[in-house]
Formats: sequence, C-alpha cells, structure tokens
Amino acid sequence: MPHAVTFQKVSRHFGSVRAVDAVDLEVEAGEFFAMLGPSGSGKTTCLRLIAGFEQPTSGHIEIFGETAEGVPPYRRNVNTVFQDYALFPHLNVADNVAYGQMIRGVGKAERLRDAEAALEMVKLPGYGARKPGELSGGQRQRVALARALVNKPKVLLLDEPLGALDLKLREQMQEELKTLQKALGITFVFVTHDQGEALSMADRIAVFNHGKIMQTGTPEEIYRRPKTRFVADFVGSSNVLSPAFTRRLGGPAEWASLRPEDIRIGAEGGHEARVTGSSFLGNATRLTLDMAGEKLTVLLPAGSAVPAPGASVRFSWEPSALHLMGTET
Amino acid sequence: MRSDKQSRTPMGLKIAAGLGLAFLHLPLLLIFLYAFTTEDKSYQFPPPGLTLKWFAVTWNRPDVWEALGLSVRVASISTVVALVLGTLCAAAVSQTRFFGRETISLLVILPIALPGIITGISLRSAFNLAEIPFSFWTIVLGHATFCVVVVYNNAVARFRRVSGSLIEASMDLGADGFQTFRHVILPNIGTALLAGGMLAFALSFDEVIVTTFTAGQQATLPIWMLEELVRPRQRPVTNVVAMVVVLVTFLPILAAYYLTRDGDQISGQGK
Repeated sequence: MPHAVTFQKVSRHFGSVRAVDAVDLEVEAGEFFAMLGPSGSGKTTCLRLIAGFEQPTSGHIEIFGETAEGVPPYRRNVNTVFQDYALFPHLNVADNVAYGQMIRGVGKAERLRDAEAALEMVKLPGYGARKPGELSGGQRQRVALARALVNKPKVLLLDEPLGALDLKLREQMQEELKTLQKALGITFVFVTHDQGEALSMADRIAVFNHGKIMQTGTPEEIYRRPKTRFVADFVGSSNVLSPAFTRRLGGPAEWASLRPEDIRIGAEGGHEARVTGSSFLGNATRLTLDMAGEKLTVLLPAGSAVPAPGASVRFSWEPSALHLMGTET
Repeated sequence: MRSDKQSRTPMGLKIAAGLGLAFLHLPLLLIFLYAFTTEDKSYQFPPPGLTLKWFAVTWNRPDVWEALGLSVRVASISTVVALVLGTLCAAAVSQTRFFGRETISLLVILPIALPGIITGISLRSAFNLAEIPFSFWTIVLGHATFCVVVVYNNAVARFRRVSGSLIEASMDLGADGFQTFRHVILPNIGTALLAGGMLAFALSFDEVIVTTFTAGQQATLPIWMLEELVRPRQRPVTNVVAMVVVLVTFLPILAAYYLTRDGDQISGQGK
C-alpha cells in the first residue's frame, strides 16, 4: 500500500523566504499525523501543498501514489478543515455540508440525507436549517468537520482547528477527533503549534522549524529522545544542557536534555543549587534552580514539599533521564 | 408620532424640517403640474386650465421615443460594461497583492472625482486623435468611465468581507473557478452588484456633460430635454417625459433599497 502523502525534497519559496526547504516526509495510510512547530516554521505551507493551494517550487509530492504537482485543489481527493472554519455565510448548515456533493451533481434528497448523517456523526443532528452565524465556535468547528468528512476524503487536513476554542472544549474535541479518526480509518494530517495537542492526539509527529523537519517520530520518541536542542526545548520545554554543563553534572561533554519532571529534590546526594523562584501550576509546582550561573527548571508533583526561594537544595535524577544529543552546536 | 411620546420636538424645528422638505420636493410637484397645463408657451402660474392631451402628444412624438430608446440602450450597455470591469477590478484589488495595487485603486476612482467637463473634453480630444467617429459606442465609453467607479466601490467593499478562505474552501470541496464564482462569490456580492448596477444605470441615464462631448449628432433623453426647453412650443411634452422618467426610475431604486437591505441582514448573520 502506498503512503498517504509523500514529499521528496519539496521546497516552497516566497521570494527570498524559504517557507518550506527541501522537506522529505512520509505519512502512512490511516494514521493520525501531526505537523508541529512555531508560527512561520512551514507547517501550514506543507498542509497547503497537500491541499493544492500552493505548488512546490521544487521537489515531488505524491498522494496515495499519484503525482500531485499541477493538480488543482478541486481535483484532489483531499479535504481541509480551515482554521477560521470558512463556512459559507449565505448557506444554511445542511447546504454547507452538502456543498461538495452539490458540486459533484448528487441529487438534492440524497445529499441532504448524507449531510444530516454527517451532522449526526459530529453530534449536531437537526442543526441543518440554521445559518452558520447562529452557531457557537465549537459548533461551527463541527460543521466544518462534517462538511469535509461527508466527501469521504482519502486524507483530511486540519489547520489548527482547535486554536479558537476554549480549553475545556478543546480537550473534548481532541478526544472526539481521535475517536472519529480511528472509527473512519481516514488519514488525518493535523497542523498545530500546541505540543500538548500533538503529543496527546497524534500517532506520529513531525517537528518543524525554519521550513525544515527537525525530527519525525512517535510522541514517545519525540518527547523521550529529542534529536536536537530545538525539539527538546519546543516539545515539553526541557532543560537543554550545554556540553560543559553536562560534564559538570557528571556526564560526557555533549548537549543533553533533562526533563523538568525527571529531576528530584532531596536532602542528600546529587548536586547543590539555589532556588531562585517557584510558581504554582495547580497539578504541579515549577521551581527554577541556579547552579553557579546555569539555570534549571524542575517540576515538583503536587503534594511535595516546596522549598522557599533562596533556599539551598540538592537535586538528582535517574541516569536514564539524561538524554544526550551529540556535540554538534 | 413616536418621537412625540419620547421627547417633544420644538415647534421651530418641525417648521424648519417641513420647509426644507418642501424646498426639495415642491419644484418636483410643479414639474408634474405643468404636464397637465393647457398653456404651452410659457410656464404661467397658476395654469389656466388642466388637460391630459400632452400625454397623447408625447406618445406620438417619434423624437421622444428615439431619445428614450438611445438613453436606455446607452445606460444598459454602460451598466453591463461597468459590472464586468468593476467586478473584475474589485476582485483583483481586494483578493490579491501586487505592485501598484493602491495606485490602480486610486486611478479607478479618479473619474468620479474629476469634473465631468474634464472627462468630456479629454475623451473628445482622445477620440479625435484616434480618429474614432462619434457614435453610440463613444457615448457608452464616456459613460462607462464613471459607471465602473460606482460598481467598483460597491463590489470592493463587499469583497473585503468575503474572506479568501471561503474561495479556498469551495475549491477544496471540488468546485472549479467558475463554480466557485457561481455558488460562493456571486451570492455574497450579488446584492452589492445589483445596487452598484442600479446606481450606474441611473447615473448614465441622466448624464449631460460627458454626453455632450462624446455624442455627435445623437441626443440622449436628458440632452433632448435640454434642447426642448429652449424651444417655446409644446413645452409640457418635456414635463410629461420628466414625470414618466421619475416614476420609472423610482421603482428600481426602491427595489434596490429593499434588496440590499435584506442582503446586509444575511451577511450580517454570517459573521
């Protein structure tokens, strides 16, 4: 079975800006794939390259084994859930959902029946007669999802679809999206700048920075074994240790990543540092330590004793928690 | 009536408002009145008698029909030209970014800011230089210069509200450029185009200055009326024509008003 999406050395330049720079990418059929990165890292441009709104400056794109360059968006079996939902304001919800089938010439009764079924799938049964303007943000999001899924795309593209929702709704939608994806078996490609979202939802993640993919892997791999300092810092804001600091802590002279939650504060053993600040996060407390000019962040689980700022503490970690990333600067 | 309950309007203000409205509309009523007068050489007040015979006289005057026909054809074709060019221009300016975009926007609007006489003279000398004989089409060209502006202004304001992602969403759902225009763009800008088109038609229909420079021997309705006023014979015919024109133009403007009002409600809901 071919890959759902294949990028071979794909670049997209806007003038002198290399939005996407020689990216190689393989999305497996049926997986939930996240493209994660800060804004301007090229992840959305990659999504638009798959959708067909952008054409690559160079390189080759395949969607299920078929060449995609030069194929306009309306001839690709790919649908998009837009960041601003892009519902048609002049059509009611049912006609919005039925739009794709209307364009393909499906009869009115049939397409409205399919639209209602799709609305049921996203838990909005009976909302067909309403106008998009009468819906809440979360409901519009669901309509946009139904409008894309009703066309049974081979790949569903989601551009920061949860960005505009409040926290509670976002967590609920994350669950639902994941359940929906598993039930339908459609390949989802999901763009987000929220590392928590990517970690909790995706089967695999590609981390983007400056138009390049820094690392591709399962959430576990990305989190536990970041290949670069950027990935270590961006995903889960790890402590990135310089080679000199790693050595002072008893490791080899290499860049290293030490997760804040892997550091333990104790009375004995390990190394000494001074507490410079603490902030209460609800389910944990974040401490900042200073060890002779080097800063470290520690996440203390709720319920543990919190040392006061200015106090001197000793800290240690399991040897396996220190992840080495080589000597390259 | 309602304002009386909420707060009493001073009597002086009421009288001033009444006088203002009377100043605006009494001359219009006088035009109507003289369409029925029995006296045909001077506008004598009060009219010595009332008659309906001028309606029959007007109906049987071929020059009236000729001028009316020419005006309707010129206004229709100028409006169509303006609708096509104005919409395309608005689409380009509002949906894409390119070098000189602001300049083009300004240059398109300029003809309506220029005095008509300047547009008229420059077009006339341009036609002379290019050795284009004056005809129906030179009048249309002259009118299109300012009709385009009206359509452009209406369309560009509406286009700004149609976000680019709507067009992308339509393409994403399988619609090609034409289908996207038909099913997404047109329904969203349709009422703006209708209003712009009506206004363009009305502007073209009563245009005098540019027309005098670009018309050659033909007379559009306003120019025919101007010529007719100088002639002291069968004057009420002009009044009959004026009355019919007022009634005929009032209806589409009323329709445009109601149509765009509904359109605004619909797009307001979509926000």
